[in-house]
Amino acid sequence: MKFQKRTIGLIIYFILLMLPIYWMLNMSLRTNAEILSVFSFYPKSPTLANYIKIFTDQSWYSGYLNSFYYVSMNVAISLLTALPAAYAFSRYSFLGDKHLFFWLLTNRMAPPAVFLLPFFQLYSTFGLIDTYFAVALAHCLFNVPLAVWVLEGFMSGIPREIDEMAYIDGYSFPRFFLTIFVPLIRTGIGVTAFFLFMFSWVELLFARTLTTTAAKPIAAIMTRTVSASGLDWGLLAAAGILTIVPGALVIWFVRNHLAKGFALGRV
Amino acid sequence: MAMVIENVTKLVGKDCHIQDISLQFEPGTFNILLGHTLSGKTSLMRLMAGLDRPTKGRILMNGKDLTGISVRKRDVAMVYQQFINYPSMTVYKNIASPLRLAKVAEKEIDHRVREVAEVLRIDALLDRFPNELSGGQQQRTAIARALVKDTELLLLDEPLVNLDYKLREELRIEMRDIFKRRQSIVVYATTEPLEALTLGGNTAVLYEGHLEQFGSTIDVYQSPQSTRIAQAFSDPAMNFVNGRIDSGTLRLGDTKPAPLQHHLQELAPGSYQFGMRPNHLHLQRTSPEDIEFQTTIDLAEISGSETYIHIIHNGHNWTVQQQGIHAYQMGKQIYAYIDPTQLYVFDLDGHRVVSPEHDSAELT
Repeated sequence: MKFQKRTIGLIIYFILLMLPIYWMLNMSLRTNAEILSVFSFYPKSPTLANYIKIFTDQSWYSGYLNSFYYVSMNVAISLLTALPAAYAFSRYSFLGDKHLFFWLLTNRMAPPAVFLLPFFQLYSTFGLIDTYFAVALAHCLFNVPLAVWVLEGFMSGIPREIDEMAYIDGYSFPRFFLTIFVPLIRTGIGVTAFFLFMFSWVELLFARTLTTTAAKPIAAIMTRTVSASGLDWGLLAAAGILTIVPGALVIWFVRNHLAKGFALGRV
Repeated sequence: MAMVIENVTKLVGKDCHIQDISLQFEPGTFNILLGHTLSGKTSLMRLMAGLDRPTKGRILMNGKDLTGISVRKRDVAMVYQQFINYPSMTVYKNIASPLRLAKVAEKEIDHRVREVAEVLRIDALLDRFPNELSGGQQQRTAIARALVKDTELLLLDEPLVNLDYKLREELRIEMRDIFKRRQSIVVYATTEPLEALTLGGNTAVLYEGHLEQFGSTIDVYQSPQSTRIAQAFSDPAMNFVNGRIDSGTLRLGDTKPAPLQHHLQELAPGSYQFGMRPNHLHLQRTSPEDIEFQTTIDLAEISGSETYIHIIHNGHNWTVQQQGIHAYQMGKQIYAYIDPTQLYVFDLDGHRVVSPEHDSAELT
């Protein structure tokens, strides 16, 4: 009896949780006319027209590609800079190391909008506006500190003796780092990459401000559906569903290690 | 041709981990660093390996100053207390890795890896990964990796401490045989007096970063230079009682005066500290010369085939080691006996005055 109550409770919770996503899916499979005329829990005459439009219209699918490019660039840049930094924080003690480690997070203490104006001015000066690189670099502002924190946690879980053992055996530092150390923290790197991906993928403010046409992210393109005749509901819903897909895929790969990642590797 | 440690001091912040230690190890010898936790065993080993740099002093190998040389350029191998292997490599690759880095020919590597694996009886496990092995097998792998390179210095930092009892005894005996055949300087850190006695060789006793005594293990055991060494090199710890020697008689605590004999005869009158090993104290009289103490039983602790009886004499806690399993009632009055020929004598500052003449009967 008790078991059943709990099951019912969970089912209700699950429904509430999934309802918005289901509703978006529901809308994406209907035409605008149907969405606006009848209320229905499922599409009466399902159509893939909205999806087909997104996949065939260059101005639509380029939004996904743009987002994908700068997100990948950002993940690569953040990992390449955070790996050595996290190693230094976890293995060496140097003047002010603890303070520096903490103050890395200060960039997360101010609202990102604060940085918008200086960034825009700086990037225009260097002619970087409307490039993938500009957005990738701007996202490093919050992604690098995060990556350093998560990776440092995972690295501190590896006994220092392994490093020493490798030096005694005669490994050079780069060889030790790439052939022994990186394989040991591959879970951590995977989880970090997931976090970097997520933060960069959902970020809209920088991505929209620093781009105009060539590197416009998908979320910005979605706002184009507002026209004199109102919103194109079906198309917008389909685009929304498609933005969930990459995130869901990445989560699937790291699902068993996520909790450790949320604890910044310190479990 | 030896390893020389010259007036080495290591400070970490304000803490002194190693204080002015000088030692010399000859090739082909087995050397034990004995001391309690935090006595500086690991610190000294790290200095010898080159993982840390001494604050003061020099470390020489065959007359060459190695003090500032990086560990990568030294000819050294080390086994840690924790089982440290490369988790992402198979046992074979783990053992082969120092040879691969030294650019040894592949055929030679294969030969040497299989040879050392056979000695350590892990030849059947070469294709497994370290986390698929038991603790003992993991530590054997770590030892194999240290042995395979044939370095001039081999450091073992309490390698058996994390293993279960049975396995520890087994490996300890095997290790003695393995190291006998080597030309390297072997340095072995341990907290256990019994381990030092089983392994033999030389022993350096460390206490709070100081070197207390260095000599052949049996010498150190039989004539400890101070009460500290006597206590460190005795398990359970040595029992102490203050006593006086006056005009040809010996009086321990408030016991009846006894005549001076054997090694005690030469002692000048005065006050001394007398040390008694737990296995020399008895609860029955064994000879008419035995000195009798009145004591109270505090606790009887059974350890394998032996019983440790904790007794109290005039506020001093003593331990009696007795063969077999015995039950005693707590708080019971009991007499303890010591044969005066077995007494270790120290002055009141804890320095050795004289040790018993023969103590080898217990070294098995």
